[in-house]
Amino acid sequence: MAKVEMTINGRSVSGVVEDRMLLVDFLREERNLTGTHIGCDTSQCGSCVVHVDGKAVKSCTMLAAQAAGSEITTIEGLASDGELHPMQAAFRDNHGLQCGFCTPGMIMTAVDIVNREGADVDEQTIREQLEGNICRCTGYHNIVKSIAAGAKEMGSGMKEAAE
Amino acid sequence: MGIEGIGARALRKEDKRFITGKGHYTDDHKVAGMHHAAFVRSPHAHAKINGIDKSAAEDMSGVVAVLDGKQLTGDGIGNIICGWMVHSKDGSPMNMGAWSALATEYVRYVGDAAAVVIAESYEEAKAAAEAVVVDYEVLDAVVDAVEALKEGAPQLHPEAAGNLIYDWEIGDEAATDAAFDGAANVVEIDITNNRLVPNPMEPRSAVAEYDDAEDHFTLHTTSQNPHVARLVLSAFYQVAPENKLRVIAPDVGGGFGAKIYIYPEEIVCLWAAKRAGVAAIKWTADRSEAFMTDAHGRDHVTKAKMAFDADNKITGFKVETIANLGAYMSLFSSSVPTYLYATLLSGQYNIPNIHCNVKTVYTNTVPVDAYRGAGRPEATYLVERLMTTAARQLDVDPAELRRTNFVQEFPHQTPVIMAYDAGDFDATLDAAMEAADYKGFAARKAESENNGKLRGIGMSCYIEACGIAPSAAVGSLGAGVGLWESAEVRVNPVGTIEILTGSHSHGQGHETTFAQVVSDRFGLPAENVQIVHGDTDKVQFGMGTYGSRSGAVGISAIVKALDKVEAKAKKIAAHLLEASEGDIEIKDGEVLVKGTDKKLGWHEVCLGAYTAHNLPEGMEPGLKEGAFYDPTNFTFPAGCYICEVEVDPDTGVSTIQQFVAADDFGKIINPMIVEGQVHGGLAQGIGQALMEHAVYDDAGQLLSASYMDYQMPRADDLPDFVVSHHETLCPGNPLGIKGCGEAGAIGSPPAVINAITDAIGHNNLAMPASPHNVWKAIHSA
Ligand code: FES
Ligand code: FES
Repeated sequence: MAKVEMTINGRSVSGVVEDRMLLVDFLREERNLTGTHIGCDTSQCGSCVVHVDGKAVKSCTMLAAQAAGSEITTIEGLASDGELHPMQAAFRDNHGLQCGFCTPGMIMTAVDIVNREGADVDEQTIREQLEGNICRCTGYHNIVKSIAAGAKEMGSGMKEAAE
Repeated sequence: MGIEGIGARALRKEDKRFITGKGHYTDDHKVAGMHHAAFVRSPHAHAKINGIDKSAAEDMSGVVAVLDGKQLTGDGIGNIICGWMVHSKDGSPMNMGAWSALATEYVRYVGDAAAVVIAESYEEAKAAAEAVVVDYEVLDAVVDAVEALKEGAPQLHPEAAGNLIYDWEIGDEAATDAAFDGAANVVEIDITNNRLVPNPMEPRSAVAEYDDAEDHFTLHTTSQNPHVARLVLSAFYQVAPENKLRVIAPDVGGGFGAKIYIYPEEIVCLWAAKRAGVAAIKWTADRSEAFMTDAHGRDHVTKAKMAFDADNKITGFKVETIANLGAYMSLFSSSVPTYLYATLLSGQYNIPNIHCNVKTVYTNTVPVDAYRGAGRPEATYLVERLMTTAARQLDVDPAELRRTNFVQEFPHQTPVIMAYDAGDFDATLDAAMEAADYKGFAARKAESENNGKLRGIGMSCYIEACGIAPSAAVGSLGAGVGLWESAEVRVNPVGTIEILTGSHSHGQGHETTFAQVVSDRFGLPAENVQIVHGDTDKVQFGMGTYGSRSGAVGISAIVKALDKVEAKAKKIAAHLLEASEGDIEIKDGEVLVKGTDKKLGWHEVCLGAYTAHNLPEGMEPGLKEGAFYDPTNFTFPAGCYICEVEVDPDTGVSTIQQFVAADDFGKIINPMIVEGQVHGGLAQGIGQALMEHAVYDDAGQLLSASYMDYQMPRADDLPDFVVSHHETLCPGNPLGIKGCGEAGAIGSPPAVINAITDAIGHNNLAMPASPHNVWKAIHSA
């Protein structure tokens, strides 16, 4: 058992967890943040992607105890003040989701791609960097369009903030 | 949100909850006192159970019960059934072996459940399941359907001698043989349709709650058809009478067929909750369990030949198929390789004589049932590979050979039951060839050659059958249920509307498209319309969503109920406005008397229906109508897909250069959503063509049981798709809808394989066209 403290979506939380508890189970079972999903048991599908200290991480590959002291953002924490994050809006506007199960992981990965590659990231790069996320519904076509559009929006947001 | 009616690219109403992480899937559901189930699964493909020692598991922490198959059957829980009776050609009924939700004497595939542990936590349940000792006497296994039919093969079920489930036929054999006797040319093909694992991203899950005071069960489950689940759980498995069982399918993360069936786990969780005396039991598959227990798809082996006359017109088509149904007969398994397969063997073509024989077989593998397309992909793959093979053998252009044989006049009666009602096959072929710049292919091929690459182009002109299905017709073919759909339109006193539908959305966007139909009818904003589905306590009955039926059948039921609401609203308005009913029109949210300025707001008429202060003489208050819609025919989506590939001869890697789809789905409610359905279907079909393959070793171990071993299509495996629509209306239903959910998966595999065989210059290529298979094909030539 380990006592862990971390910040999740801007709030500090603490809990006592079994050593073997995965971060994804901590989020879903202990914190009831069920927007982070579990789609596989071999760390291949990306349904569970969250941000740990600003970087996309598969929360099924990390122990809750390892996340102690970190800042975690889950899909529930992406929108701020009731305003959708531009990447969330882009997925809706470009029909980038169907059943919605892969969607939280896709959006969290997408934000990370833009953080690393910038607002002008091209579609081929997006396709390559989605290597760790599986969607069975959309054929990826509209996910790629969504991410490209969301990247542009994020870029103009960054510019406005800079001005 | 404005008025977004039929034809609008309306953004989806359901998206907000999914993009913010507020979707509510079965595994998200938690209740007080919830326990967890873990199944003890057979590691052997075939074994006799000589005993089960539960003692160690029972003593472990948190464990409340360890239950087995004898206890389950002892409590009167019925065997799992196949709901579609198919008769062999000699008239005998299919040979269905017994399937208990927990095995009693034998296990017949790796993953077959022998016992279940109920414990306070998931971890405790899992750990205790490991401690249950099953004394297995391992038996010989057979995994290949052709092998299973051979003499001396291991036998699975006493009810099915020789592992044969049925030996079925359709069509006129003598007339077909005669066509071959007089043929100018005969083209033959041997073909295998590779076995697939559906893999919706949300694993199956069930939360069974039992209220002992009321003796009432509630089941949250990942189902495409919660009412059918309740019916079958009640009527056949005797879990609880229907009035004591509520089934809820909340947000469901993809289905593709795999979530149609009622599986052992749901039955066991319900039964065990009562038996173990706990408030609730949750079970959620991990991905390995999903691979090992979700019904698989396809797995056909076929020999076929086609006869042509001197003008290249098809005169006969003869087909022999062996279909693997796995260890047990799943719910609709018998219908897939028969009525959903052989009835589509006429393709888009005039074929005067067809004969098809299908043998279905038990093997020591996961049960096989409908997976996106269900039978129609197998038919299309056969017909369209054969057409391209024939074009090569007859030395004609593949497009021209198809055109020569297209059905041009409708209705068209095929020799295999189906009567095509509408279509324009030339239009979709032309559109696809144009979009793919078919004419420019030779130049592109030359350029690839300069780069040391092989380039190929392939097409597939598919037709499929949706709108499943006219109840009396499928009843006469052996279906155990009717395949109508129900709807209820509840207009509230303020004029907002709830639509209760028996269809179920697990990604298809019904909350949006169904609302568009209502908006279109009354001119109301979509946010005033709420779609209610997936709960047997709210919706009276429904047959659910599969076979691309929600548009053609589900929406038709809504339209029928809307007709009744409109008629009553008009009567009320005519009375209030002192006009004649025939002059009333409902438009833009207003109820008008044509040619006058007299009008009422829609909400005023609705309120009038509920205050009932001034209704026409004898009229009941309220504004709520229901309808059951039973289709009169199947619908026939059709189209043409063209795929262009480049193959690297050194590595065998095939890269899709372009993929063009031209579809005729009849009336389209929301083109954005329809395109999304096509994209997803294409990805699954291309996945089958290039990479997906469920592989068993000879001992019956599933070698491809994780995402490390079963290759799912990923973003960089696929191209951008070029998609277009060419509408001919379906005359059989009120809006002219045909259905769009499966076409992509049905039409695309032969287009891909025809392109690769074009690139490598011969027909001998096995699907999936993995780099290894393509490399072997290149080097075997
Ligand atoms: S659940 Fe984490 S990668 Fe699949
Ligand atoms: S939207 Fe269903 S898995 Fe991606």
